[in-house]
Order: sequence, then C-alpha cells, then structure tokens
Amino acid sequence: MDWLFFGEISLAGLAMGGLYALIGLGFVIIYKATRVINFAIGEIMMFAAYLFLTFAGGMEMSPWVALPLAVLGGSVLGGVIEKVMIRPMLGESPIAVVMVTIGIASILVGLVELVWGADPQLLPGFLPRKPVFIGEMYLAPKIAYGFLIGAALLIVYLLYFRFSRGGVALRATASDQAAAYSMGINVRRVFNMAWVFGSLAASLAGVLVAATGGLSPQFGAIGLSVLVVVIVGGLDSIVGALIAGVFIGWLETVAGAYLGGEYRMPATFAVLAVILVLRPYGLFGTHEIERV
Amino acid sequence: MPNILEINNLSLSFGGVKALQDVSFRVPENAVTTVIGPNGAGKTSLFNCISGFYKPQQGTIRYQGDVLAGIKPPARAAMGLARTFQNIALFRGMTVLDNIKLGAHVHMKSGLLGSLAYFGATRREEMAVRRDVEKHIIDFLEIDHIRRQSVASLSYGLQKRVELARALAMRPKVLMLDEPVAGMNREEKEDMARFILDIREEWGVTVLMVEHDMSMVMDISDHIAVLNFGRVITEGLPAEVQNNPEVIEAYLGTSDMDSLRKKLNPEREVA
Amino acid sequence: MRIGDAKQSYEADEAIWTSSTQKIWFACFLLALAVFPFMADAYFLYMGCLVGIAVISTTGLNILTGFTGLISLGQAGFMGVGGYTVAWMSINTELPFPITLLFAGLLAAAVGILVGLPSLRVKGLYLAIATLAGSVFLHFIFAEWESVTGGMGGLSLEPAHFFGFTFQSDFRMYFIIVPLAVLMVLGAKNVFRTRTGRAFIAIRDRDISAEILGINLLRYKLMSFALSSFYAGVAGGLFAYFYRVVTPESFPLSMSIFYLAAVIVGGMGNLLGGILGAAFMTLIPEALGLLTAALTPFYPNAPIFMSPMLEIIFGALIVGFLIFEPHGLAEIWHRIRRFFSLWPFRN
Repeated sequence: MDWLFFGEISLAGLAMGGLYALIGLGFVIIYKATRVINFAIGEIMMFAAYLFLTFAGGMEMSPWVALPLAVLGGSVLGGVIEKVMIRPMLGESPIAVVMVTIGIASILVGLVELVWGADPQLLPGFLPRKPVFIGEMYLAPKIAYGFLIGAALLIVYLLYFRFSRGGVALRATASDQAAAYSMGINVRRVFNMAWVFGSLAASLAGVLVAATGGLSPQFGAIGLSVLVVVIVGGLDSIVGALIAGVFIGWLETVAGAYLGGEYRMPATFAVLAVILVLRPYGLFGTHEIERV
Repeated sequence: MPNILEINNLSLSFGGVKALQDVSFRVPENAVTTVIGPNGAGKTSLFNCISGFYKPQQGTIRYQGDVLAGIKPPARAAMGLARTFQNIALFRGMTVLDNIKLGAHVHMKSGLLGSLAYFGATRREEMAVRRDVEKHIIDFLEIDHIRRQSVASLSYGLQKRVELARALAMRPKVLMLDEPVAGMNREEKEDMARFILDIREEWGVTVLMVEHDMSMVMDISDHIAVLNFGRVITEGLPAEVQNNPEVIEAYLGTSDMDSLRKKLNPEREVA
Repeated sequence: MRIGDAKQSYEADEAIWTSSTQKIWFACFLLALAVFPFMADAYFLYMGCLVGIAVISTTGLNILTGFTGLISLGQAGFMGVGGYTVAWMSINTELPFPITLLFAGLLAAAVGILVGLPSLRVKGLYLAIATLAGSVFLHFIFAEWESVTGGMGGLSLEPAHFFGFTFQSDFRMYFIIVPLAVLMVLGAKNVFRTRTGRAFIAIRDRDISAEILGINLLRYKLMSFALSSFYAGVAGGLFAYFYRVVTPESFPLSMSIFYLAAVIVGGMGNLLGGILGAAFMTLIPEALGLLTAALTPFYPNAPIFMSPMLEIIFGALIVGFLIFEPHGLAEIWHRIRRFFSLWPFRN
C-alpha cells in the first residue's frame, strides 16, 4: 500500500470533511431551532455558488467582494424561504414540512437551470495556486484554502452561539420553545435568524465546494451527503455534525479514490444504514422520551 | 375478592426523575379501583407501565397471577388490558365507527391478502365485528347518531365516550380509564359514571381509573389507592381513605381541615 | 344531507358503493375506460397508459405515505426492482406477463420489507432517510451488477406475451395496464375497509396509542412497506413492458419525488386523490410540452426552458398544495360534488 498516496487522499478528504462539517453545522442550527429537516440545503448552497459565478465571472467583481455578496445572497434566500414557505407550515406535521423543503429544492433547481443554463461551469479561480505541502504530502491549494476559510467561519459560529445574546436565544428556543417565548425571546425572529445563519454557513461552503469541483444544476445532490452527515452525527448535535462531517468527507474521498467515483454514495450510505440500525438517533443526538 | 392485578414494589425513573418509587397496590376483580393523587404523582406513568409502554426498573406487575414483564403492549392488549388516554387519543383520520372497530383489532385474524380481496372469511369477520359493535357498544353508549362522523368534529365529551367505546371493543378484562370525566360538564359526568358502573355490573369488567373529580371518585369507587410523589400513601375503601389525615395532608398540602373535609366529602349528588 | 339511503343490512352499509347512483356512475366510468382505446388516437392512448402506470404507483405510495404516515423517498427504486425483474425474466425465460408482473411485485415487496426494517428502531423522518439510503443502494446495484442488469446500458426486452398473444402496441398494452390499475385501486379500497387498513391509519395518526391498543407496529409498518412496494414493483414492470427498455436512469430520485408530489397534490390518505394526483402530474409535462410547441414559433428558445419550468412547477405544486390545500385535489373534487349534489337548490 502506498502510504503517501493514502495520506494525500486522506488529507484532501479531511479538508473536504471540514466543509461538510460547516454545512452540517448550518443544517443543525436550522434543525435545532425550528425542528425542520431541510432537504433544500444543497440547493441553497448551489444558489449561492451561482451568485458567486455571476458576481465574480459575469460582472467581473473582485472575488473577495463577490464571495461575501454571494454568501449574503444565500442567507437572504434562506430567510425568505423561512418567511414565505416554512412559517405557514408552523404546527403542521414534520413530514409535511419536510415535503415543503423537497418542493423548494425542486423549485430552486428549476430556477437555477432557467437563469444559468444546464451546462456545468467552472468558477473563476480566486484561491492562491501555490501547492501546499504538509510534510511530504501534497494538498490541492483550492481544497486547503477552502478548508481554512470554512474552518474560520466555523470557529466564529461556535463562539457566537456559545457567548452571544443571539446564541443564547437560539439555544433557549431549541431546548424549550414555549419557555423561551414566555421569557420574552422573540421565537419567530429566532426561527428566521436560524434559517439565515444556517443558510449563510451552507452558502459559504457552497461557493468553496463549487470552487474545487465545478458547478451544475445537479450540484444540490451534495445535500444527500450532508443528510448522511447530520444523521450519523445526530440531527440536533453540533459536535456530532462536526465529527461526522469530517469523517464522512474523508470516507467519501477515500472510497472515491480507491474504489471509483460510483462508490462514494454507497459507501457513506452504508455507514448511514449501520448507524440507523445501531444508534438511530446518531452518535451524539438526543433520544427524546416519548409520552402517550 | 381475588385480585386481578397486583402491583409490587414498582419503581420507574427517567434520568434523575423518579416517577414511581416502590409502588405497591392491588386491583380487586370486578370492582372499581381508583388511583388518586395530585398532578405529577405518577398516575399516568403507572398506567403506562401496566400497558407495557414504560419498562419499570424494579418491581413486578401480576395480571391474573402471571408476571407481565417482557410482554409487549399489543400482546397485553390481547390479554384483556384495555385503556383510554388522558389527552384523548382517537385516530382523527377515521370515523367514529372505524375507531371503535379498531379496538376489536386484537380479536381479529384476517391478513393482508384477505383484506385486499375483502372476500370470504375476511368479509364475514368484518361483518361479525360490525354487528357486535353495533349491538353491544354503540347502542349501550348511545352514540348511534354519530357513527359516521369524523371524530375530529365531535365535542370533548363525545370524544371521551367514543374512546370508551373503542376500549370496550377490545373486550377487556381490565379497563383502565385515565381521567374519564376530566373537562366534562355535569350531565356528561353523570352519564360517564353510569356507564362505568354498568360496565362493571353488566359486563363483569374490572375498572381501574385515574380521576381528579372527588365526588365521582367517592361515589363509584370500591377501592382507592393514593399516590403522591411516586409513592403509594395508602389504599383502602373510600371511607377509609377519605378520613386518613396523611392523605388530606399530602393530597391537598395544607392543614385547613374544614375546607378539605368539605372537598373530600362533597354533598352526594345523584349519580 | 343525503336522505333516502337507509340500509337494511350491515353488508349493504359497508359496501363501497352505497347508492344505486354511485353504482351507475362507476359502471359508466368503466365503460368509458373500455371504449377509450377505440376512440383515442395514438397520442391519447400513450397518455392513457402512462396515467394507468402512474395511478398504480401513486396508489402504492399513498398506502405507505398517505395512509400509514411513513414518508418514502424510495418509490423509484422499488419500481426499478419491478422493471428489472420483468426485463430479466422476459429475456431469460418464456414466462407470460401475469407471472413476470407477479414476480416483479413480490420481489419489490421483499426489497420494500428490507428497506422498511429500520422501522424496528427508527420512525418518522429517520425512516424517510432509510428509504433514501435504500434507493441509493438500489441505483448502485442497477448500474453496477452488469451480468444481470446490463449496467449503464440497461436491458431491452421483448413485448409482453400471454399464450402466444403479444402486446407489442400501446393499444394492446392499454388492456393490461388499465384493468390492472382498476383492480389494484379496488384492492387498496378493500384494504381500508378492514382491520389492516385501520391499523395503517392508526399508526399514522397516533402510533404509540395504536401500539397500546394492540397493533403490532413493526408488523404493520412492514406490511405497509410490502404492499406499497408491491404496487411500485408492478408499476415498474408495466413501465418496462411499455417502453421495452430499462436503464438505471429510468428510475432516478426525481421519480420518487414525482410520485410524492402526485400523492400530495392528489390528497394524502385518499385513494381518489391518488388517482387524480397521478393523472394531473402525468398530464402536466404534456400540457407544458404543448404550450412550448405553441410558443416555439415566437420564441425559438422555448424548448430549452421546458425542463427547468417543469421542475419549478412540480416544486411549486408541492409547496402550494401543502400550504393552501393540504387535502389536495380530492378535497377540491369533494367541494365541487357537494356543490352539485344540492344544485340548483342552493340558498
């Protein structure tokens, strides 16, 4: 076995996993606050990546202006989705709400194809091109810098939710909506902010992933990998999303490199199936006590 | 009177919360036994243990002499343990009639293929259940006028009555009623008390209920167990329980004896 | 309120059609279905077959998602199992179509039980994700197990046959598809007149109470999975006979979403809704196609926009119906019927 190759693949996988962790974090924020499983998160990522394409490519802005703008666009989209399509479903069965997000995903795919066309596209390169070596192992610079940017946002998020007022409101809402409401927390606002922040994390990751692998209207399928991440980690666990994100990213890359691209999904879904049977609520998720 | 149910040293906790601690009491056959106690005393948890939905960490439940441990809820239902729920658990997507028929599920046999064809044995079985339900339950509980309605459209009192009907369709030996008259007006309460007594007398069913309405409890119970903070304080005849100072203290948490006596010994209403 | 429908027996009261008017309408409907292929042109015949297949599959998914409350994203995968079974059997055996379709349904049902097995431990959305995993694995098998499935190229099959009679045209296929659709919908209707169907609905409405009332949850959830995927398998088998080719791309994830949309748009937990939803969703792409054709002379780019427009319309229908008409087309249909049942004596 070629250990150097394995190391390089693993490194790329781990870096990719860092981005998965970021998306997983976005997903978990939305789930924790609003109990909505967002099947459209991959499509929100895609939308932000296409915005970046327009800003940086078509409009020739500096990528460092285009990136924040695109991410902002993705978060606004999240906020609008919550307000227009998720809020009317308040109190409906979780299954109905999930199906709404599936519908939203379908709408977004159609819109993107309508506006930007069906052909795959490449994002203008904006990350440094100098090869990165860690010891002897080579890591593609796009992946390395993408990971660094993603990790930075991830850390900001963790600090924010731990220490800020908004973070406390979010955690309070997550643990008991009614109590949070009676303590004067504006729960509706928290719902909206959760979608905005969740989409923001996903959007940034969307642009970074698209920068390494290209962009097409099928890009949203990455949402499936994210789903695996959050189920394996536990839907309501931030720690779970981080660990599972890194692990699934690594597994997917290694399976792709050694077995071939067609094995990426089955490999991660096999892990998912095992987890569903052995630890249904994920490695770190809470198992709620049921009442009659 | 032999005991159809015996609860021995039952303990149940969720994490650090002790819902039941060393609970023991007996349910005499063909009598009305009531469990009373303040909110959060563990009454519904007790029912859930008997139904098999919660698994107690310690203690045993004996039903007709046999220990119930390890038997799953559906099998317990088939053995004759039927119940209603505190916050009405009717199936909102079905009519009143279908809800009641669902109670007969455990006594039916037809499988998937029979259901698809709706022919022969399956059809006969469905018809037999329909006849049985109409004759013994719908007429008895006086709900024939609503049998085609969706349960969601019914008043609270009628919903409780349909739930009772569904439990009766299970052909119970022990009928567990979780707050059967909560939220009812006086007329509805009186109807329900009458049904409960009739069920005991005419059907020979043992009734085990949880109820807060003291006048009703004292009127129709043969045997009372008092639960507080997960423990049984006392059990016995209504008259004994009523005058037990510990019960008065624990149950109402004050020593203003006059108003308490009044509450526990309400003026008898014609039930 | 309807009057004059008092019954003399419980048998009459439990019948599917309780009044002679209903019986007459149903007879007319059957007659119309029987006459249709002799009147319709090739295009409408083709559409009729497609709607028939969609009705079978939608009814199956409705049993699982609409009546039992178990959301499934694996419908296309189960159809694929049926489709490949029929394709393989028609290439490697001489068996007539009733046998191959039966095997298609049974194999799909077996796979459905396998995919539903996690319901031993998980429920609700976790189960939906298990079905998603199931469909990923199935797709992988379709694409990779080349000796049986033909890999990415798929399989081409012979027309359906029965005692020397072959069904090579849409006209002939219609007489397999539509009677089967009618039978299977009636079968589903029967299920919901019996304990099995009641158990499904009870699980959907309150699973915990259902269990305490004596319903073995795992058994009935698996039964629902089996029944639903049996329907999907038969629909997939008909799909294979109809197009006479199956590839992994014949059964994409978007097809699962298509059927989910059909169930939602038609009305979850309503068999009539499933039929309406299946017909509606099948006809939409065609309607859009006609519109595109009409617009092309003026906007030459119109055809490019058709496929994305379709995605948007499907998504918007799902979202719109869930928000504004959660009971779907069936509810709209009932409203129209109520209106006319009193018409013209309306205050």
